[in-house]
Amino acid sequence: MTAAHKTVRKNKIGITHSEKIFYFAVNLVLALFFGMILLPLINIVASSFSTADAVGKGKVLLWPVQPTLEGYKAVFTYKGIWRAYGNTIFYTVVGTTMDMAMTLMCAYPLARRNLPLKKPVVMLFMFTMLFSGGMIPSYILMKNLGLLNTVWCLLLPGLISVYNLIVCRTFMQNIPTDIEEAAKIDGCSDIRYFFSMVLPLSTTVMAVLSLYYAVGHWNEYFNPWLYLTNPNLYPLQMILRTILIQNSFDPESVTSEEDILGNKALQDLLKYSLIIVSSAPILMAYPWVKRFFMKGVMLGALKG
Amino acid sequence: MQSAGLVKRRKSYFRRMAENRQMYLFLILPLIWLIIFKYGPMYGAQIAFKMYVPKEGIWGSRFVGFANFDQFFKSLYFSRTVGNTLILSAYSIAVGFPIPILFALLLNCVRSRKWKGWVENVTYMPHFISTVVMVGIMMRVFDFYTGVVHNILAVFGIPWNLHMFTGDANFRNLYIWSGVWQGTGWSSIIYMAALSAVDPELHEAAIVDGATRLRRIWNIDLPSIIPTITITLILRSGSIMNIGFDKVFLMQNDTNINASEVIATYVYKVGLTAEKGMQLSYSTAVNMFNSIVNLITISLVNYISNRVNGSGMW
Repeated sequence: MTAAHKTVRKNKIGITHSEKIFYFAVNLVLALFFGMILLPLINIVASSFSTADAVGKGKVLLWPVQPTLEGYKAVFTYKGIWRAYGNTIFYTVVGTTMDMAMTLMCAYPLARRNLPLKKPVVMLFMFTMLFSGGMIPSYILMKNLGLLNTVWCLLLPGLISVYNLIVCRTFMQNIPTDIEEAAKIDGCSDIRYFFSMVLPLSTTVMAVLSLYYAVGHWNEYFNPWLYLTNPNLYPLQMILRTILIQNSFDPESVTSEEDILGNKALQDLLKYSLIIVSSAPILMAYPWVKRFFMKGVMLGALKG
Repeated sequence: MQSAGLVKRRKSYFRRMAENRQMYLFLILPLIWLIIFKYGPMYGAQIAFKMYVPKEGIWGSRFVGFANFDQFFKSLYFSRTVGNTLILSAYSIAVGFPIPILFALLLNCVRSRKWKGWVENVTYMPHFISTVVMVGIMMRVFDFYTGVVHNILAVFGIPWNLHMFTGDANFRNLYIWSGVWQGTGWSSIIYMAALSAVDPELHEAAIVDGATRLRRIWNIDLPSIIPTITITLILRSGSIMNIGFDKVFLMQNDTNINASEVIATYVYKVGLTAEKGMQLSYSTAVNMFNSIVNLITISLVNYISNRVNGSGMW
């Protein structure tokens, strides 16, 4: 806030008393909102590094009480979490790769001008944004295809997000066509043009979309909940639900010497640490990839 | 240029298709996927008009017309689920729509770049937290004995005994305000972008004329983001009957079921859980009713937007 005041004072145009009050009020409101967002997050981080005893007695505010790694040890020794963590990494990496391949492959022809039959194909895709078969028909389809309880039921249904497809297509449409014409004259085929020109020129949109897909896979909860019953295939979000929300612990997963099952304080501590462990990859990558995410909002908005 | 266009026009449709044959290769896989995974369920949705028995298949099951829809319209759950969906949606628009606009307008006034950057970074972050973790965080924060709300109040000696996860009113408030916590920053990006496009000369001229900052928000900033606000509002109201499954389902319990049973959760329960008897056809009918209402609202809203704004989505 002091920084804000300094700039106000530096300003050459005189600032009246009421203006000062206005700026102060604006900064105050923003600071309150800022604090409201940050407070729970800081408390969770602080709690995750405290002792079970301090958490259980409700003593943790914004700084760890008797800092330990007790909570993280409990998370590390809980078997189900690690299997689920590995599964989620698998779904995210493989899923995002497949999604990107399909989206780019589909967006390229749809970005070409004067391609016969382009319009009906675009409409076919767009219509699925407005109407869908619904939960039960999708479930029956997955069942009939024999995909229930396989990794495919998390990888295949969401291959192309039509919204991302449109963003990608709009981006590719803005690649100057002179390049295309020049390449054509030099005898470059459409396939080669895609790999040697379109892809290298589309790195921005590729970064944005793969981040969107990756976050989507990491956070996905609905499809696994619907299509999976085999705990060996569960992604992280499913385990998170049983522990964080249903408050139930699987006796077979507990491998530490401490008795998690009977210790409510340790359970609470484990939850705090688990929130951090499960969100860490996204939150750690966040400062670096933030501008890509924001670019995605702009790219989407361009279409209007 | 013009002659090139004429030459192109003379080429026949099939000739152009043949020239672009490699382009169609790219489309093969995406189209197969689209037909199986997007249009497959639409084909399957016909069971809404049938009495689906897995043994007899989608096509072979007995046709019953609108009986499943009729059952829903006559059931107790019709007004309850539709009502809850609409209330939650309307509440969410009333609160969740203006706050990001206000936030963007205020943030745009901030002069210190550093402080502005901090506010942006922190407020955008919760957007990436998964729904499960979000509900988990809410349960931690409002926990009776160990939550941060309890801990802070305890410092001042104030007891904390609100049951945030029980009761209908609490469910709605918690659902909406946690959405504000999670989404305000991110939703404001689009307005911030519109605000950054405002010509600084407008502000300079207004300053010379002695306009206060508040005055400039009202007469410069706000009018310049009105088109963005209109489009966003139109899009938002197009999905008024569309409340996502995840968060409601995760927050649902026996004590708030009267407020938290929305169409999406009801569809899941009657269709896939044993307690309501796995009524696959009935569930599909309820789902289809919802989808059709959504389709109608969004088309209507798009039509209005085309008439009023001249800029619809299609």
